Amino acid sequence: MTSIGEPAAQFELKDVDGGLQSLETPAVVVFTCNHCPYALAWHDRLMDVARDYADVHFYAINPNDAERYPRDSFEAMRERVERDGGWPMPYLHDETQDVASAYGAKTTPDVFVVDSGGALRYRGAPDADHQDPSLGAGWLREALDSVLAGQEVARPETEPVGCSVKWK
Amino acid sequence: MTVELLWWDGCPSYSEALDQLNQILREEGVDAEVELVEVASDEQARRERFFGSPTIRINGEDALPPDGGEPYSLTCRVYLTRAGRVSAIPDPDDLREAVRRAE
Repeated sequence: MTSIGEPAAQFELKDVDGGLQSLETPAVVVFTCNHCPYALAWHDRLMDVARDYADVHFYAINPNDAERYPRDSFEAMRERVERDGGWPMPYLHDETQDVASAYGAKTTPDVFVVDSGGALRYRGAPDADHQDPSLGAGWLREALDSVLAGQEVARPETEPVGCSVKWK
Repeated sequence: MTVELLWWDGCPSYSEALDQLNQILREEGVDAEVELVEVASDEQARRERFFGSPTIRINGEDALPPDGGEPYSLTCRVYLTRAGRVSAIPDPDDLREAVRRAE
């Protein structure tokens, strides 16, 4: 598990197009999935952040056990992105769950911000309420603004809220 | 009226759903105690016809049955609000209607 200030784990994961993606910084790493209501409710807000911060690398990573949860299979991930007409971030499959384990991901979603030096600077929920789109992933945006300005993140950790990661 | 709330500890929404359910029962004047049923295995999920947490049953029937095709599973249940948004708990107006139908 990575703590605030520590180097974020590197990874190389397959995206839904079949390409390999590795961590480039600054970055936002979002552990998410296809079937969780919290992940679904926050999805559009997170996509908006990715569109608004074009100089930041965004990664959506699905770590769930697809054998027990077929809606999180690689094929289902691919179909979802295709159905949406594409996402502004790659959707990666963490089949071994090693990346989720290295980051200490607890839920979907669980959001991590990595600065340009590769250190973890924020971890937690996108904002305070999955049911309130007007919050606009404000906690994540605050963290990103601080990181990009070279400042300390005022709220470096919040409690991730969502469905538990489905470990094998 | 019998009211059950089936829950799984991998999903944090059941306590909020319980508060919502108790409030609606009070407002509708229904004198029923909500029985909490923990679902802890895939086998139990199938046996209990559990589409995810939270699931609310009134008089033994799912209060808000899904459209179909949903598997029985240890998962968080997806609800849609009347505004069309995804939520981890039912829309209170949908739940209120279900309570009234059962009275």
